[in-house]
Amino acid sequence: MTTPILPALSAERLSATTLLRFATAGSVDDGKSTLVGRLLHDSKSILTDQLEAVEQVSLSRGQEAPDLALLTDGLRAEREQGITIDVAYRYFATTRRRFILADTPGHVQYTRNMVTGASTAELAVVLVDARNGVVEQTRRHAAVAALLRVPHVVLAVNKMDLVEYAEPVFAAIAEEFTAYAASLGVPEITAIPISALAGDNVVEPSAHMDWYGGPTVLEHLETVPVSHDLTACHARFPVQYVIRPQTAEHPDYRGYAGQIAAGVFRVGEAVSVLPSGRTTTITGIDALGESVDIAWAPQSVTLRLADDIDISRGDLIAPADDAPPVTQDVEATVCHVADQPLSVGKRVLLKHTTRTVKAIVKDIPSRLTLDDLSQHPAPGQLVANDIGRVVVRTAEPLALDAYADSRRTGSFLLIDPADGTTLTAGMAGTAFAAAPEPVVADADDAEWDF
Amino acid sequence: MSTVTSVPEGTVNPYALNHLDSLESEAVHIFREVAGEFERPVILFSGGKDSIVMLHLALKAFAPAPVPFTLLHVDTGHNFPEVLEYRDRTVAKHGLRLHVASVQEYIDAGKLRERPDGTRNPLQTVPLTEAIQQHRFDAVFGGGRRDEEKARAKERVFSLRDEFSQWDPRRQRPELWQLYNGRHAPGEHVRVFPISNWTELDVWQYIEREGIELPEIYFAHEREVFSRNGMWLTAGGWGGPKEHEATETRLVRYRTVGDMSCTGAVDSDATTLEAVITEIAASRLTERGATRADDKMSEAAMEDRKREGYF
Repeated sequence: MTTPILPALSAERLSATTLLRFATAGSVDDGKSTLVGRLLHDSKSILTDQLEAVEQVSLSRGQEAPDLALLTDGLRAEREQGITIDVAYRYFATTRRRFILADTPGHVQYTRNMVTGASTAELAVVLVDARNGVVEQTRRHAAVAALLRVPHVVLAVNKMDLVEYAEPVFAAIAEEFTAYAASLGVPEITAIPISALAGDNVVEPSAHMDWYGGPTVLEHLETVPVSHDLTACHARFPVQYVIRPQTAEHPDYRGYAGQIAAGVFRVGEAVSVLPSGRTTTITGIDALGESVDIAWAPQSVTLRLADDIDISRGDLIAPADDAPPVTQDVEATVCHVADQPLSVGKRVLLKHTTRTVKAIVKDIPSRLTLDDLSQHPAPGQLVANDIGRVVVRTAEPLALDAYADSRRTGSFLLIDPADGTTLTAGMAGTAFAAAPEPVVADADDAEWDF
Repeated sequence: MSTVTSVPEGTVNPYALNHLDSLESEAVHIFREVAGEFERPVILFSGGKDSIVMLHLALKAFAPAPVPFTLLHVDTGHNFPEVLEYRDRTVAKHGLRLHVASVQEYIDAGKLRERPDGTRNPLQTVPLTEAIQQHRFDAVFGGGRRDEEKARAKERVFSLRDEFSQWDPRRQRPELWQLYNGRHAPGEHVRVFPISNWTELDVWQYIEREGIELPEIYFAHEREVFSRNGMWLTAGGWGGPKEHEATETRLVRYRTVGDMSCTGAVDSDATTLEAVITEIAASRLTERGATRADDKMSEAAMEDRKREGYF
């Protein structure tokens, strides 16, 4: 059963929904635009005037049917070339949830754009053409989702109508992909057989695939859990801004404003301030004007502390008994996103949470080939869309977590100090999550090609 | 297929934020990033609902301290009087500082020429960019949302503009995680869109939840209007109606607030926030499709104006 579309909603039902950020990835002709178009269209998120505009342009170009890609290709250059150059963000809603869709281009040269889309995504949809199965590009998309630690991955096996809706075709692709993605440490994989063009299992359950008992794409998007058990996360609070009104009404107020990056903070808790390491106690939490006893990620709050110690933007507040290590030597997996290369010896700025420090690239030990996950030692430099390992020395200590523990406090940017260009997206610590222990180590494992 | 979920299905996660709280938290984070990293930020404030929500978010982000930003309004000279009254009242209430860049003054001084179609929206670009240069603003908050228009959907939250305020969509910085890169050379500035990820419905739900006051024209009221290009325009000194255009009194409200010459009213009997939200949820037209004439000029009208320095 699919949930009713927006117009049936009352205001109360609407406000009770949660938000899911997800990204789509697929090769050029896998039908990604059709899938996105169908999700938007069938959830009534394409409004009449937008559709009319698309129809008008399609018609003027001599196309018979409206080209739904025109909805997402918002730039002149994209429409002229008929390709998606940049990430587009789309918004739609059902009774259960609001969605922010990062629609990322499929071309190999736009790996950086998939990285951009995946960096904030809680779920990635990887599209595969049922006729072609798992191809290089599929492995690349799975690897990027794994690197960025996107918590949920959906494999959408598309164009099932062109393989006579055959279960064995789907099962073989699902098995191959799941084994590959699991080996990269993707925690959850859901495979769904679909036809975006015919509408099978996208919003409505398919009448052609009785053998499939799982959810449609939209049902899965609506029900996948978005927030994690924060009590199990290391609590982290990067200080953004110090609030000191110095007014007659609030002469002594001093609060540390920020967005909780991970975990939970409570009034009365003993905390450390990094990198100095001084300790104090939380005396109050102001949640945008309301005083509360407890706050959690990703709430934007203001913390008040017992001691008047020196704290400024860039510092990190963490529980006294669970503070991250402080280091000036950062080892990370990075995706190079700029046109100018990154070389050993390059002086850069490193932006980590609210802190920007000078840094130097000490080493580039390896470059990763996403197609087969092989490592090329000592490439000397990274160019646009390369993924590699780097070692960076910073001028000041950073309170850095492993990206595996926190996407927020384990991520950073390298910035060119000369012109401000964002050069590189960094993820501290090991590249891929450790593969989960196989439940049964049977002989089939030997045939997996990784 | 492995299914690893952190919360068993069917249980309510006590730490789940609803969508409005998520969007609010994100927007506040963006306001504070700008306060932490820029010298001279300014909020574009027109008295329209998006800029009103932005100001509300800024007030919450820095409470109990005052908002550390000044405001800037580009006045086309064809603004709704109710909206200007609201603007001035709000500025006074919060003890804010407002700069006004006036299109009328530019026309009177011969620096801008009135367009034959009478719309002044495109004329805002020059006073806006000159005000940014004159006051040396280095971060300019705008209430643009990505759901409004397909060119806006492509723009970053932090959008670097060159010394001519131009947007180059092909030279945008990738925007990763919540790490916003605001570095810019002297003379350049950054346009910042804290409510990029909000939809029109989110804005209205947030207004209702927070009990935010709006100018009256957002609610259904009787108004003297006439029809032009399929839109109901308010009759007035800005130049409408023409001889062949007949005025009539209709029950209408506005979905957007802008220049009177190109912002249309919609037929509506929604006099409360709840009724407005119900109406928007059921509408088959986008806010701009329903009420903005200037976006219909060409397929890339917004992109072209943004390249020139418009928001």
